[in-house]
Amino acid sequence: MTAGVDLGPQAQAIRSDEDVVRVRQLVRAVAVAVKLSLVDQTKVVTAASELARNTLVYGGGGSVEVTTVDNGRRRGVQIVFVDSGPGIPDLDLAFTDGYTTGGGLGLGLSGARRLVDDFHIDTSAETGTRITVTKWSR
Amino acid sequence: MALSAEESGRLAALLSGNAERVTQRWTEIIAGSLRGRLSQAELRRQVQDLHHAIVSTGEQGAIDLPAENATELRATLSELSRGRARQGFSATETAISIFALKDVVAELVEEAGGDNKLRDYVAYSGLIDELGLFTFESFVRTRESLIADQAEQLLELSTPVVKLWEGVVAVPLVGTLDSARAQVVMERLLQTLVDTGSPYAIIDITGVPAVDTQVAQHILKTVVAARLMGADCIISGIRPQIAQTIVALGIEFGDIATKASLADALRHVLRLTGVETARRQPRRDA
Repeated sequence: MTAGVDLGPQAQAIRSDEDVVRVRQLVRAVAVAVKLSLVDQTKVVTAASELARNTLVYGGGGSVEVTTVDNGRRRGVQIVFVDSGPGIPDLDLAFTDGYTTGGGLGLGLSGARRLVDDFHIDTSAETGTRITVTKWSR
Repeated sequence: MALSAEESGRLAALLSGNAERVTQRWTEIIAGSLRGRLSQAELRRQVQDLHHAIVSTGEQGAIDLPAENATELRATLSELSRGRARQGFSATETAISIFALKDVVAELVEEAGGDNKLRDYVAYSGLIDELGLFTFESFVRTRESLIADQAEQLLELSTPVVKLWEGVVAVPLVGTLDSARAQVVMERLLQTLVDTGSPYAIIDITGVPAVDTQVAQHILKTVVAARLMGADCIISGIRPQIAQTIVALGIEFGDIATKASLADALRHVLRLTGVETARRQPRRDA
């Protein structure tokens, strides 16, 4: 990058509710730096908030890494959530709107997928869950 | 690192024998590091207290900070660091108030001479390190309790329920709505509804930077609780980016009235209650 706005990869542990707030602030800062529109900033921050809370509540805590990405044409924010929790046994069910095992609205995971451009999930009972999301600038 | 009774006695004698000079030099050194942010008189008083505490502990026998006979010394140190923490000094500036004594002691030991010069100084400076670390610890404890207090105050501050009109109360939410704050907001709102006998409540989320499913769920629960008490809730302050995010997330607000601004929400409620608002005719002077 030539400009001074490239922030490089930034990591944040997710151990408490306060950390979820820190993740939001971190994602917002990076989203502003890659010049996402206000709507896209809000969308990616909200998606990060959902996934960070899932990492905390269902994954038993974990970590997040936020990076700027560039595909030559557009820049974007990429966020990787990693936990070593029990994994998600039935992905189709987990992505069903309104399905929850934790007393929430059951929209976090499915909603987060709708809020970002790319969504990739790896989950197993042995290795935990790893979710990679990307939001591109328009 | 405790001093033996003999060493303690020598230190006490050394300090009390040169009392005036010790407090003078000690005050000067601290004043230099704090750059005039504390008055000389106040500094001198603190230094005298410390001096007295160390000397009187030393005269009683071995100076061992965690021991029973050092209670007064510990109290003096804690008081000093609490004061510094409250006045906004840094941890270093607090610890330096103690470590400054090393320079004074070094000068005194140097002058006193004798065979045990080096050994004494090393022992004394070990003790002073311990005293310094103790202030450091109490400093951190005080700061942590200050932060906890502030967090609590913030929780109180950020959730006012205001009366907008006869029978209309509003909650302007600002910042992050976590479970603890949502609970406070709900309690305040429901209590105010009872106290004022208001049939309408407006929850304004203009100041909430991100509305995720957890925030939405907290708001929905508050609305349902208010309804159970017979009050109608309107959610206002839904900005365009928040509206689009809520749609993408798939959150349904059902039949709850939502408005873009607090003004719209108030107008909506006034219309429901039959209050007419009209501009006054400009008076023409004949």
